Amino acid sequence: MQPTGRTVPAPQPDAESQPFWDAAAQGRFLIKRCTSCGETHWFPRTMCPFCWSEKTEWVEASGAGTIYSWTVMRRAKPPYAVAYVELAEGPRMLTNIVECDLDRLHIGQQVELVFGQTSGDGTPPVPMFRPTGA
Amino acid sequence: MTIRGAAYIVGAFEHPTRFAPDKSHAQLHAEVAAGAIADAGLSKADIDGYFCSGDAPGGLQSLLNYLNLEVRHVDSTDIGGVSPIVQVAHAAEAIALGKCNVALISLAGRPKADDVRTGTTPRIRHVAAPDVQWEYPYAIPTAVSYALAAQRHMYEFGTTSEQLAWIKVAASHHAQHNPNAVLRDVVTVEDVVSSPMVADPLHRLDCCVISDGGGAVIVARPEIARKLNRPLVRVLGAGETTKHQAGGKIDLSYTGAVRTGPAAFAEAGVAVTDIKYVSLYDSFTITVLLQLEDLGFCAKGRGGAFVADGNLISGVGRLPFNTDGGGLCNNHPANRGGITKIIEAVRQLRGEAHPAVQVANCDLALVHGTGGQLATRHGSGTLILERE
Repeated sequence: MQPTGRTVPAPQPDAESQPFWDAAAQGRFLIKRCTSCGETHWFPRTMCPFCWSEKTEWVEASGAGTIYSWTVMRRAKPPYAVAYVELAEGPRMLTNIVECDLDRLHIGQQVELVFGQTSGDGTPPVPMFRPTGA
Repeated sequence: MTIRGAAYIVGAFEHPTRFAPDKSHAQLHAEVAAGAIADAGLSKADIDGYFCSGDAPGGLQSLLNYLNLEVRHVDSTDIGGVSPIVQVAHAAEAIALGKCNVALISLAGRPKADDVRTGTTPRIRHVAAPDVQWEYPYAIPTAVSYALAAQRHMYEFGTTSEQLAWIKVAASHHAQHNPNAVLRDVVTVEDVVSSPMVADPLHRLDCCVISDGGGAVIVARPEIARKLNRPLVRVLGAGETTKHQAGGKIDLSYTGAVRTGPAAFAEAGVAVTDIKYVSLYDSFTITVLLQLEDLGFCAKGRGGAFVADGNLISGVGRLPFNTDGGGLCNNHPANRGGITKIIEAVRQLRGEAHPAVQVANCDLALVHGTGGQLATRHGSGTLILERE
């Protein structure tokens, strides 16, 4: 779990997402795949958003991805980067890019998973990404 | 069934205030409602349908209670700032089905007085919204959402900051003639691209203003419209949708306008080349550019070239837009720009826009809005209006 340079609000798990956040607390990044239609989706749901089957399963993602789009919120102190990262498994997810040069981010850049610390005692970390090799 | 010709916009009123620390939120709704009903030449007792959206303090029932209106049709559809645009179509549908005769649509708020920094501060809309836990930790305020789409557009199509800046330049040329506009100074492309970066690639002047106030419109059945002493503005066609993240397959290169535009043109029986004036939601410059492409005013990816060199300036370019100065310069009351888009289109169709920006023979106008967050979940609405 890495410090992120800003205070990250802790996510509020619900009945559906609790397994994801429990895994995150153990350093594992899970995504959901449908065994009925074969699609992987984000964010995780019990019911597949493509075929509405409930035959979805948690699978551990590789943590590899590329930046689909990015921006830097310059008005914040300190500034921080937001991106859609396209996971190697397919889905695009909103996230932060950390441990990076904010002036050298670019679309297509390869990134890898890093769990970012959230505020609060014992709260789960959230999946973030950093440039590969950083 | 169609709403083509089923109803007319008979009243329109934009509150002159842009900063209202001395007024309550509900009071602003009341003032715009009274303004629109007076503009129509009708009275409070004539209103039998009421429409409001997410800006209504306490919701629709609180406002009906405050306004002391008794109606037989209500609609609180909320798909963001575009909502009043789709509600004009909803009102026409209700009128066509005999559910009401005279519909009031109001929008108002005071984010400036309340110092709501909507564009740059993340908000939780509802704790149980299924997306909150996957987004709120990452701090994604409105400007960030639109910036993500702008960045992708630049990557895919080579759009430049200078091209986006032309949208603001055009709005400023119009706003100089609007005494109520928040920003009345004409700006240059250089002014826009040298203003402070808010969220790459959007600069401060790529963003709309934050203002208090609001507006209202009255939609009525044809028999009533024809008895009023006002130019006739007829509803011809409409489309509505929302676009979202598609389970992780989101494509930021287009908006919901790809669906609402064709629906509205088909219902209206007109072509994009027939349109004389457009009111386009301009929360940010990128919003305008994407909408122009998706509605078919230019090919996908060609929006940058289309807006450059003053093409959106009335009297200069081919497609005059937001002749009141739009949200970029004039007004974005309650952080929602839908109602002011309708109002300026009505002014143009009536021939009541400022003479410096009035479009000659303006008999067909298109109003389009994008509400909510462009890069996550947004509402889209298209409305085509005709002067009879």
